[in-house]
Amino acid sequence: MTQAFRIGNGGLVNRDKKLSFKFNGKTYFGYEGDTLASALLANGVHLVGRSFKYHRPRGFFGAGVDEPYAIVQLYRNGETEPNIKATEQELFEGLEAKSVNCWPSVNFDIGAINNFLKIFLPAGFYYKTFMWPKSFWYRLYEPFIRKAAGLGVASTKHDNERYEHKYEYCDLLIAGSGPSGLSSAYAAAKNGARVILAEDKPRFGGSLLTSDVNIGNQSGKDWADGIIAELKTMPNVVVKNRSQIFGYYDHNMLVMSEKVSDHLPKTKKYHPNKRLWYIRAKEVLISSGSIERPIVFGNNDTPGVMLSSAAKEYLKVYGVLVGKNPLIFTNNDSGYETAIEFKKHGVDPIVLDSRKHSTSEIIDEAKNLGINIKNSYVVVAAQGYKKVKSAEIASISDDKKQLGKIESINCDCICVSGFWTPTIHLASQSGNKTEFKEEIDAFIPGQSKQNETTLGAANGVFSLEETLKTSFATGSELSKKITENDNEIAIPNVVEKKSSQHDKFWCVPLPKGKNYKRFLDFQNDVAVSDVEIALREGYRSIEHVKRYTTLGMATDQGKTSNLNGLQLVSEIENKVVPAVGHTTFRPPYTPVSIGAIVGREVGKHSKPTRKSPMHLWHKKNNAVFVDAGVWLRPRYYKKGNETLFEASKREAKNVRNNVGVCDVTTLGKIDVKGPDAAELLNRVYTNAWLKLPVGKARYGVMLREDGIVMDDGTTTRISENHYHMTTTTAQAANVLSHLEYYLQLVWPELDVNVVSTTEQWAGAAIAGPKSRDLLQKLFPNSDVSNDGLPFMGYMEGNLFGIKAKIFRISFSGELAYEVNVESDHGNFMWEKIIEVGKEFNIQPYGTEALSTLRIEMGHVAGSELDGRTIPYDNALEGLVSKKKDFIGKRSLQRSAFTAENRQRIVGVVPLDKQTSIPEGSHLVKDDKAPLPNPKLGHISASCWSVEYDNPFSLAILKDGKNMIGQKLFAMSPLKNKVIPVEIVSSHYVDPKGERVRS
Amino acid sequence: MLYINCPHCGMRSQNEFSYGGDASVKRPELNKEVSDQEWDDFVYNRKSLRGKHLELWQHISGCRQWIKVERDTATHEIFRTFKADEEVA
Repeated sequence: MTQAFRIGNGGLVNRDKKLSFKFNGKTYFGYEGDTLASALLANGVHLVGRSFKYHRPRGFFGAGVDEPYAIVQLYRNGETEPNIKATEQELFEGLEAKSVNCWPSVNFDIGAINNFLKIFLPAGFYYKTFMWPKSFWYRLYEPFIRKAAGLGVASTKHDNERYEHKYEYCDLLIAGSGPSGLSSAYAAAKNGARVILAEDKPRFGGSLLTSDVNIGNQSGKDWADGIIAELKTMPNVVVKNRSQIFGYYDHNMLVMSEKVSDHLPKTKKYHPNKRLWYIRAKEVLISSGSIERPIVFGNNDTPGVMLSSAAKEYLKVYGVLVGKNPLIFTNNDSGYETAIEFKKHGVDPIVLDSRKHSTSEIIDEAKNLGINIKNSYVVVAAQGYKKVKSAEIASISDDKKQLGKIESINCDCICVSGFWTPTIHLASQSGNKTEFKEEIDAFIPGQSKQNETTLGAANGVFSLEETLKTSFATGSELSKKITENDNEIAIPNVVEKKSSQHDKFWCVPLPKGKNYKRFLDFQNDVAVSDVEIALREGYRSIEHVKRYTTLGMATDQGKTSNLNGLQLVSEIENKVVPAVGHTTFRPPYTPVSIGAIVGREVGKHSKPTRKSPMHLWHKKNNAVFVDAGVWLRPRYYKKGNETLFEASKREAKNVRNNVGVCDVTTLGKIDVKGPDAAELLNRVYTNAWLKLPVGKARYGVMLREDGIVMDDGTTTRISENHYHMTTTTAQAANVLSHLEYYLQLVWPELDVNVVSTTEQWAGAAIAGPKSRDLLQKLFPNSDVSNDGLPFMGYMEGNLFGIKAKIFRISFSGELAYEVNVESDHGNFMWEKIIEVGKEFNIQPYGTEALSTLRIEMGHVAGSELDGRTIPYDNALEGLVSKKKDFIGKRSLQRSAFTAENRQRIVGVVPLDKQTSIPEGSHLVKDDKAPLPNPKLGHISASCWSVEYDNPFSLAILKDGKNMIGQKLFAMSPLKNKVIPVEIVSSHYVDPKGERVRS
Repeated sequence: MLYINCPHCGMRSQNEFSYGGDASVKRPELNKEVSDQEWDDFVYNRKSLRGKHLELWQHISGCRQWIKVERDTATHEIFRTFKADEEVA
């Protein structure tokens, strides 16, 4: 294919590097530096998609971020990305894209029938049409709307691209690298301020790339290139292209999305696709420029109708003619600049100017070039279906109400300029209440809310000379405040052509007897008639009109449609535009990839994974791991073809019969030190702590102030003023914060210090009848007899030269010990235990066997301490002191907590002694009762009792105290199970607790 | 994201902190007779203020100190911050 619309030379693309790409399956060529849009236009392709509602043909309307139409589905590396603007996507070798919202093809789209049904698709059509009958909603309406709505198709595959986040701080953040961004950045940088300059396009310079101006005796572009080159050499400046600042959040935090490798065919191995920057700036300069707005006329959505500034950009930046027979329709001087560019490249444009008289340097230049100019003329309607073929034009009366005789003229594109709309999104997001500036018919930022300053065209200043003056001054002033440097910079000479006043004309009236669609919002197909209906139906607030008609709600967020919509409402309502107000600008300014927002925090990276020092040993010995909070713990050690059930049974049995060892490193550990340590414990735990002797451990339960159990664990008095507290794995962080809260805020008079030591100690629980024999062999010089180290005793020992802490505590209910050594020696300890334990038939056991052991003993854990139970519910009321006060005690007096039939922990055994009861099952009296069947309690934990070789569960049951011996049903609708059960004591094994003391 | 002046560490982003609720709530003294109403007010009853609010934050990924922050709940403006033991005038 030839690039028939590429001019012979000119533009900023690299003509030495030809790139091939595919659009809708057809191969084309473009150049390095093209966007997908400019490359398609170079090939004469104007039809890129179908519109949202009526499936009307869609072409290109803009050349950048404001593009409402040219949305494509992108394919790269076997992956697909929806809703990509062809005007923003840079071309790369092998790029593939397809049209969206059309079937079977963009050329022949069945949905276009909507265009002929448009009388049935007015504003609020969803609300009106799909209401009745209600039963049709799920079966018919919703699937239809889902299919019809939306543009691209989201990929269902895992996204293999990498996205990163970065936090940055700076003195001045500057959004936009046009004339104001460059000059303020330069001035601030020269004063030594830390500056970040962000440009959303690949090329720096903004309007200087396309305007015919002279700064400091250079062309605007050369001047911009010089400034950027110098800024890049300065260590205090970060200059970023392809970077869109899309959100202005609280306390001067802005977020920027940087396309790192979006313009490349394939992401380099260690390069992210996009990088999200969280930037905290002392001062923010918004130099985001302005967007040209359209003039509304009949069929103004036909491919080939586009913004005049876009036509100029395609010509000057990409060397592409959007048409060879252009018609330019303008209400200001900008249209003339485009006409002049066409003329310079040998194309004869016709200019229709809605103004009766106008003279300026620009217009004079156009006249001197011999351009055909028609004053008081307008485009009434574009003609042509998939591409503009001609235009109906007419003269217009001075009051803009009456059209003259309609003539038809041939043209292949219509370039529209309805003057400029400042891009005030970021300022508005900051909280700035904008104000309407009559002279330019648009809103500009008002009083700053945060530390933001808006400059240049974004502030409604369209003179280059004034922009440079204020921008240099502002950059210099703001940086001076921060760095206290004041380097004077000479403001360069500016040569620009002066413009004349624009015409406050935005909408061409309909000629008599014609019913052309005149679109306001091009992406959501909102026409003038839709807004008229909404107002007729009583929608007054602009926010309501927006939602009812979907005006400005598309992915372009109404960048080209907002003001014309407001003009229309103000006209019909007979209010001035500022009285109508505008809808709220919310981040993001442009769509942001979900991947960029998520960053690296996906899958396993969404939280840290913590591993014990013995992790590698577990792995080598066939451990199957399970997530326990942020930790990875062995769930069981697989032997041969064992299932989880078989392995955990084997491991648990071995603990009951011989000895087992379990990695308990993950338990939370907190060092409590200071003269008032005992007093703190006494206030935090429900039981008494003041008389615990040195070298003894005690089990404790702590409550929240509302009386609910927060956590449990043992705490050991290591020395006079030093206690070693343990918490459950899950609550470790919360307990530490809890203690700090009381020490810092409630009882600062207590002389205590708390610090987490969870990671400092590796722990191994040695449990089973043979554990003492093993311990004696591990610590031959220590007296670990029942007298030397009684139940709940503590001693220090020497493990083959390593200092160890030995606690005689038990979670399994067997004779058991926990040995702690410094983490670095954890693996050494573990290997020694396994090695020495061989003769006692030691086996490691995982969390599944650990659960089995504790469940059949009736020991509570997280599934019972679930944030809904008090000590009584867990049969822990014996640990609640009546004599002293403690956190949460007063709440235990609440009537619900003292009720006679209060819920309580019980044991549950299936009558058939065979069927395991699913955790979460509800306990009910009558399995046939009508729904909702009154629930008496729920199964909190289930196991296979290795002691009795049958299933056993724990449950929290209403009036559990008086339910022992009762027959109930455990129902699990999820598992479709109804199991007849008997309620027994929760202490199923060794109810007197003799083994732990043996 | 808020920018909070930790009185111990300086300006830090919100993601280093965790929120701790109304700082004006005072825990009844230990061993003191407390009426049901008084206790409920301490444990449960909170005003949902619009405007200036004195609240607790913990600099959990920093110095771990609990601090008091005077913040406007409507605009997020932070007026002053205090150490845990500082009296708020």
